[in-house]
Amino acid sequence: MERADSDTAARRWSARFCARGVGVSRGGVRIVNDISLDLDPGDVVILTGPNGSGKTTLLRALAGLLRPDEGAISVNGAENGLKSVIYCGPQNAAKTALTVDENLRFWAALYGAPGGRVAEARAAFNLDPYADRFAGALSTGLFRRLGLSRLIIAQKPVWLVDEPTASLDAASSALFLSHVAAHRRQGGATIIATHDALDIASARRLRLSEEAAA
Amino acid sequence: MPSLYEFANPVRFERWARPAIPWLVGATTLLLVAGLYYALFNSPADYQQGDSVRIMYVHVPAAWMALFCYSLIAVSSAVGFIWKHPLADVAAKETAPIGAAFTFLALFTGSIWGKPMWGAWWAWDARLTSVLILFFLYLGYMAIWRTFEDKTRAARLAAILAMVGFVNIPIIKFSVDWWNSLHQPASVFRAGGPTIHSSMLPPLFLMAGAYMTFFAAALLQSMRNELMARRLARIDSGEKKTAASLVES
Amino acid sequence: MRAVQAIIARDLRLAFRAGGGAPQAVAFFAVIGVLFALAVGPDLSLISKIAAPVIWTGALLATQISLDQIYRADREDGSLDVIIATSDELMVTAAAKAVAHWLSTGLPLIIATPVLAILLNLDRDAYVPLLLSLLIGTPGLSLIGSFAAALAVALPRASLLISIIVSPLYIPILIFGAGAAAAGAAGDPQYGANLSLLGAATLFAAAFAPIASAAALRSNQD
Repeated sequence: MERADSDTAARRWSARFCARGVGVSRGGVRIVNDISLDLDPGDVVILTGPNGSGKTTLLRALAGLLRPDEGAISVNGAENGLKSVIYCGPQNAAKTALTVDENLRFWAALYGAPGGRVAEARAAFNLDPYADRFAGALSTGLFRRLGLSRLIIAQKPVWLVDEPTASLDAASSALFLSHVAAHRRQGGATIIATHDALDIASARRLRLSEEAAA
Repeated sequence: MPSLYEFANPVRFERWARPAIPWLVGATTLLLVAGLYYALFNSPADYQQGDSVRIMYVHVPAAWMALFCYSLIAVSSAVGFIWKHPLADVAAKETAPIGAAFTFLALFTGSIWGKPMWGAWWAWDARLTSVLILFFLYLGYMAIWRTFEDKTRAARLAAILAMVGFVNIPIIKFSVDWWNSLHQPASVFRAGGPTIHSSMLPPLFLMAGAYMTFFAAALLQSMRNELMARRLARIDSGEKKTAASLVES
Repeated sequence: MRAVQAIIARDLRLAFRAGGGAPQAVAFFAVIGVLFALAVGPDLSLISKIAAPVIWTGALLATQISLDQIYRADREDGSLDVIIATSDELMVTAAAKAVAHWLSTGLPLIIATPVLAILLNLDRDAYVPLLLSLLIGTPGLSLIGSFAAALAVALPRASLLISIIVSPLYIPILIFGAGAAAAGAAGDPQYGANLSLLGAATLFAAAFAPIASAAALRSNQD
């Protein structure tokens, strides 16, 4: 596997994400089975699979939001390394009755980010003109960009992103991919679940498949 | 491996529960016949209350069972919550409707007993009011089981509620007694029921025994039903979906 | 600590902004009082006699009706995931949510109480005991209620379930709270005892409700 970049000066992390034999059930039904994954610093995994194949369930389990039935998940060898993971789900976790900046500031407080990170995240997704607009007044694509800006606020070594580009135009998708590229250069690891054909250099493509389990 | 655990125990449960049920039913019949005979014919009428005191033999053991069943739910819930023992969750779940039925029986007979005593079907007597609130606790607990389709989640949430409810029972009981002592004079049940004559004890205990064996039989049978239903559901869902795993693409 | 403050500040902002639930709870509270008066009839002495119990019941019901929103909106828009993932101690977060609920519901109800009390012709001597009992008791209502809300967070329409769960647990607070209000107004020596018991019930809720809420939230994640 090719490393994204050798620019060690820009490296902030060396994120090694590891899942071993993870199986997850929902409502007493096993959704995914025996998932093993290894990501080195700078790695990107693109996770595909038909609707209902369990992409979201798997990502939530990897993010520590669902308890797996079996298997182990670790970041840099630490089982409780899940604090170094951020999960960006299909919902944007933003409040429509709050302005863009109020949402960003709330996240900054939760993630313990310095106040300056708010402006950085806003700029990163070209949201500067909308800083004082209510999130409920944003278009679907802009709202999604607000949701994704959490990645910049939180600054976690491992990104787990669910359908990031589903409602984004080409320019915004490219913007998101540029942040993924920057994240790799910094030594971060990324898993993206998507139906879109994302153009990411040297990304590993994995598919969740039901036939394989039978 | 949780799945092995889950299968092994119900199998062993089935092996002893099934033959136990007929014995328990038989014991219930004997105790009930004996208890009712004593209660109706072979015990003295109360000098104040007359024959209506005989309602006590149905009422008091039902009130005992109401509290006993809720305690059992709380204990089973704690066992299920902490050690993830699947039989404990099933026991808690299946105890609830039986316990609620005993609670209802206690309320119903209490009301009938109260009519000649107070001249009203309901007089906000402290004990009866506490039992009524206990009935509401049962309803909340059963509502959790009914609303959540995912049985594992329902078990956990119902267990949390049962434990919270159990911790609150003494507080509720105290508050109702307190409220009653502020607003009402003492009534029939307050001073520990009518003074119990020793000749009233045999029917009381016989009836309590009958309730207990009936409860055990009903609980074992409903647990068997529930376990069977779950096994069917598992077979059913297993046919519908295979879990996905990762392949390179 | 910064996260706790941020959660409380955000919930307050949301509650008082357009679409927030705080004004509705107060309006509902007032409506209950008016409905009671209309049902009883314009007998001033009877209305003033039941004023304090009606206000206590109204505060309890208005609290109950607003419980559903404590966690459900956050779950539906995904922010509950963020809150849980970033919490060091989930029970501290749960306590913060309960505090926010009290500040946005309990406190406005207390502020609105004197107005409703005028409408219901409450005796002058009864104001202080009533307000004091509400001040001590309503935080307990928010704490216990937030636990029920956490239990039902995964259900789409949970108001009814929450009411069934929470009503028996509210009974001690209602008894001691309304008892304190009545005893205080009558100059009854039981006033102090009622207030202490009410305080104890709220403290008990403060100790246990956040733990139970955290357990319920975790169980609802899976």
